[in-house]
Amino acid sequence: MTIYNFNGQTCRGGKIKVNNLNFYYGSFQALRNINLDIPGCAITAIIGPSGCGKSSFLRLLNRMNDLIYGSRIEGTIELDGKNIFDKTVDVVDLRKNVGMVFQKPNPFPISIFDNIAFGPKQHGKKNKMELEEIVENSLKQAALWDEVKDKLGQSALALSGGQQQRLCIARVLSVEPEVILMDEPCSALDPMATLKIEDLMRTLAKNYTIIIVTHNMQQAARVSDTTAFFMMEPDRAGSLVEYGSTSEIFTNPKDKRTEDYITGRFG
Amino acid sequence: MTRYFTDKLAKYIVFISGFTSFIILLLIALFIFREGLPAFSEIGVFDFIFGGVWRPGIDQYGILAMIVGSIAVTIVSMIMAVPLGIACAILLAEVAPSKIRSILRPAVELLVGIPSVVYGLVGLVLLVPLISNIGGSGFSILTASIVLMVMVLPTIISISEDSIRAVPSSYREGALALGATKWQTIKGVVLPAAKSGIGAGIVLGMGRAIGETMAMIMVIGNSIAFPRFTFRCRAYTDRQHSTGNKLCYRHPRERALCYRCRALYFYITVKQRSYYLP
Ligand SMILES: Nc1ncnc2c1ncn2[C@@H]1O[C@H](COP(=O)(O)OP(=O)(O)O)[C@@H](O)[C@H]1O
Ligand SMILES: [Mg+2]
Repeated sequence: MTIYNFNGQTCRGGKIKVNNLNFYYGSFQALRNINLDIPGCAITAIIGPSGCGKSSFLRLLNRMNDLIYGSRIEGTIELDGKNIFDKTVDVVDLRKNVGMVFQKPNPFPISIFDNIAFGPKQHGKKNKMELEEIVENSLKQAALWDEVKDKLGQSALALSGGQQQRLCIARVLSVEPEVILMDEPCSALDPMATLKIEDLMRTLAKNYTIIIVTHNMQQAARVSDTTAFFMMEPDRAGSLVEYGSTSEIFTNPKDKRTEDYITGRFG
Repeated sequence: MTRYFTDKLAKYIVFISGFTSFIILLLIALFIFREGLPAFSEIGVFDFIFGGVWRPGIDQYGILAMIVGSIAVTIVSMIMAVPLGIACAILLAEVAPSKIRSILRPAVELLVGIPSVVYGLVGLVLLVPLISNIGGSGFSILTASIVLMVMVLPTIISISEDSIRAVPSSYREGALALGATKWQTIKGVVLPAAKSGIGAGIVLGMGRAIGETMAMIMVIGNSIAFPRFTFRCRAYTDRQHSTGNKLCYRHPRERALCYRCRALYFYITVKQRSYYLP
């Protein structure tokens, strides 16, 4: 299917449509009535105070919350028009299509090469040449190739924090996802490493749909095309307060709460 | 002030306790080697270790048969115990719901507390007749290995399980988020991350296997013959000589030999344990 991105270019990144989404941990409602249209091949930032359900929302998009005992979902999330909670959807395929980068870099305690080759191998790629090509391409896309090309056999744990996070991004790219989810990917990194990741995100946004949760207002303003502001309701359920293009949210917010939050009056 | 005092006190107490156990170990070693030394000079190390015949009546003192028996039993039992133990650890740590785990885990731990005589007895009463159906007397390497396997399983299982549990959940999440299945995650990420702990469990289990005496004597047959690695033959291990059995102490020379077997066994054990000292 041909998808057009923000700027009218064709794009292989997936579009996500969230309809009347409610999410519960047991009896506790973590998200209430979320409706959201996320464009393909763009960066969408999710901001909001701690505990408002940003991570929970992100983890719904690749069904990582399936693993949590007692969690429950109402409503639908469509990826390219298909509900990801549909019984016919294979969660393994979904996660291959919707990759995730975590807050703390989590490279596996194996070699750099094996870290990147892990995903493709699980999806049936066994040919050594093919794997080498994938590893090289993924590392190049993640702007890490030049730094590690001479030590692919070394443990990934020996890399710096910023390098580890880019390795994790390369690992996600290795399975050719449409969407990349990032949960505060820079919160454990220094400013230089953060800038590198932001540059990388801008490059990747040409081909991938990126959704980033961030605590850092400047980061959201710098990198994202659209921004969603979440907040807790009195019963602590998270809900979407305002959603729009990043420039509008930051310069001309419609909701008073958004304005208070981005000007640092709370949160 | 008192804080520094308790700090110092704690340091000395720990130091003295540690040192005492070391001294005791050293004394045991000295005693065993001193008692065994006469035999070394009379027979020679080579004939002793590689001699095939043990017949004190005609001055033949070779313990090769016993060494081979020990090694064979250890190897065969580990071949059975390692895959089973790791599989069980995976079940307990990754697969079983907490209800099943709360039953299985204490059951496994209970196995450690059962005295080896009981294992020997069960082996003698149940396994020996069973295996004699296949052929031979039933007192065999196979019988001994099975009993030993059951005895080392708890060690391998509980240490492996702990190390699998210690693998950070971020590794599992990372793998699952790449679209790996649960089994792919376990095989590709969790087990490699836990391999040093699993290795320690295997080594500790092996330590127990090599050191086990009582149950072995009961199920391996009390003869001094070369094991032929089949279940038909009877085998015999150094254990009989190394730790309290009627054969020892008949003859002064023999007694010295017993001590030397012990010295050898002691050496192996210390060597083994030292693998996982820091
Ligand atoms: N596994 C869980 N079980 C129960 N409650 C959870 C779980 N994870 C998060 N929560 C709760 O859900 C709410 C939203 O959490 P989270 O999505 O992590 O917020 P954020 O990422 O915006 O800080 C919080 O109140 C949190 O306590
Ligand atoms: Mg969070």
